[in-house]
Amino acid sequence: MPKTIIERSETQFLQVINEKGEADASLMPSLGEADFKRFFETMLLARAFNNRALSLQREGRIGTYASIWGQEASQIGSALAFSDEDWLFPSFRESGVLVARGYPMWMLYRYWAGDERGMQAPPGFNIFPMSVPVGTQIPHATGAAWAMKLKGHKKVAAVYFGDGGSSKGDFHEGLNFAGVFKAPCVFLCQNNQWAISVPRSRQTAARTIAQKGYAYGMEGIQVDGNDIAAVYKVVKEAVDKGRSGGGPTLIECFTYRLDDHTTSDDASRYRTDEEVEAWKAKEPLIRLRLYMEKQGWWTKEYEDAAAKKAQEAVDADIKKAESVAAPDPADIIKYTYKDLTDRQKKEIKEFGWGS
Amino acid sequence: MGKLNIVQAINQALQQEMEKDTDVIVMGEDVAKDGGVFRVTQGLLDKFGAERVIDTPLSELGIIGTAVGLAAYGFKPVAEIQFMGFTYAGVEQLFSHASRIRSRSRGRFSCPMVVRTPYGIGIKPPELHSESSEALFAHMPGLKVVIPSNPYNAKGLLVSAIRDPDPVLFMEASRLYRSIKSEVPEELYSIPLGKANIYQEGAEITVVAWGTMLHRAAEASEDFDCEIIDLQTIRPFDEETVVNSVKKTGRLVVVHEAPRTGGFGAEIAALVAEEAFGYLKAPVVRVTAPDAVVPMARLEDHYMPSQDMIKKAFQKVMQY
Repeated sequence: MPKTIIERSETQFLQVINEKGEADASLMPSLGEADFKRFFETMLLARAFNNRALSLQREGRIGTYASIWGQEASQIGSALAFSDEDWLFPSFRESGVLVARGYPMWMLYRYWAGDERGMQAPPGFNIFPMSVPVGTQIPHATGAAWAMKLKGHKKVAAVYFGDGGSSKGDFHEGLNFAGVFKAPCVFLCQNNQWAISVPRSRQTAARTIAQKGYAYGMEGIQVDGNDIAAVYKVVKEAVDKGRSGGGPTLIECFTYRLDDHTTSDDASRYRTDEEVEAWKAKEPLIRLRLYMEKQGWWTKEYEDAAAKKAQEAVDADIKKAESVAAPDPADIIKYTYKDLTDRQKKEIKEFGWGS
Repeated sequence: MGKLNIVQAINQALQQEMEKDTDVIVMGEDVAKDGGVFRVTQGLLDKFGAERVIDTPLSELGIIGTAVGLAAYGFKPVAEIQFMGFTYAGVEQLFSHASRIRSRSRGRFSCPMVVRTPYGIGIKPPELHSESSEALFAHMPGLKVVIPSNPYNAKGLLVSAIRDPDPVLFMEASRLYRSIKSEVPEELYSIPLGKANIYQEGAEITVVAWGTMLHRAAEASEDFDCEIIDLQTIRPFDEETVVNSVKKTGRLVVVHEAPRTGGFGAEIAALVAEEAFGYLKAPVVRVTAPDAVVPMARLEDHYMPSQDMIKKAFQKVMQY
């Protein structure tokens, strides 16, 4: 008997605004001048946050930091598609997502300066602490999304991870559960082409990461991660689908990490200047600026004023971050369990942590 | 009151807690339709439905990892891992996330979940079905580790574990599941975590054990005047009861079926050395499995501390 084809899959790619700033009106989500200005100003804010984080690290005022430069459209376009009641599970390279959600920047600076209090999300922020072990946060988002479904809450959970994270078993088990239980989860792969020194091609032999969704019984789509309109559109559709019972979506944001992996890394050891320069020309702020200029929504004065405002906000938050009293050493122990154990009470005395 | 075995007692605890609290859900491989490989969750599916008694994919990391998200969102998942050796696939989720989300978020998020798993030697299964790795998990701050020894404390301790605001590893001795029956009150009751039970009072030797080994130690104690302490909770453990008993008897024998090096017996011996040194009349003796991988069925009886070895330990400490 001949072999028969029992299944075929297709993987779509979406771009709305091309590198010249030209938009395909038929694909453009219903976004107006105010929306694009919000995108633009949030990107400026995230970039100002990022640039200052890099300089604070060089000055020894914060520790190792993971830059988001180049990934602002993927981070902000996605973050702004969620509502406050959705739950987010970021990795360590998602400062832009948190800034876009309005998470206090001074807390992020505290975190990067080595203070766990920075990840004590204020009331109203359903944002888990950034996951440092790669990809391990993926099943948490599946679990939270599944919980929302079981409780009949019309919300979604979303998880950010990289191309490197897609190689982890957590990716497989997290997406597999989400597919089986139709959990309203948005899986946001930030494919920035490099996992420290290892290129995307060494993470998977598959042509895209998006196509992996197919085998988990969920839609997978690749989006131009440097096109904020496309990212927003795809994520918003996934959120709406999740809320209305349509289950999970895997979104691969095709983007590029323009900086070193972290401030402890030297990317020139493993990739060429030509490659980096080519991606610099495609970076997301340039494209958004071109598009907005064509619409008559951008002027140099507008950008200068917005950049100044962003810089002032960042400066004020750094000032606040650095004026916060040092954490109490007893904090080391007192959140281990809800209540201190008898041994921990003795240890607090031994260490002289008092209070 | 009725006489139940441990399987029935745990099943009753799950049923009653699920009736009382709709956020309690049971999840794991084969737990729903099949009632679990040891039938511990039998009947729960019919009673509570497929949204609360959930057959998951064969995926230990996925079970524990999604339970973290379910718990953070407000459920109290009771996840079953079929055998202790298979919890290792989910160790990163337990060690890097479940145990520390409260601390990492400085109290903003928590993880009130239970991982139930059968442990220990005695049912002649294939490899990696007989592990006793309590010390590995007890070392990790943020986790609690509980090991019942009989139907009565299995029910009461599981109820406390489910109600606990932090993640609990609940280890059930597969050898004891159906081998002992005892009176178990029908009504819901709880036994506090972190408290040991003085199984038998005595004057000359303090014996600390848990799970299966408690019974073997008790059997070996016939000709000795032993105070036998059932630790019940391994972390955080009841230091006071152990120290007070050693102050009375002046002798300590710890018995466990896990390998010796880094086993929890070392922690108990160290505590006694620190807190009751002046009361000791004899060296502390540990009776444990050897520093070796758990063997398969043909040799498993040789691996477990025997009654004879325990008796010898008692004789040794009584020489002083």
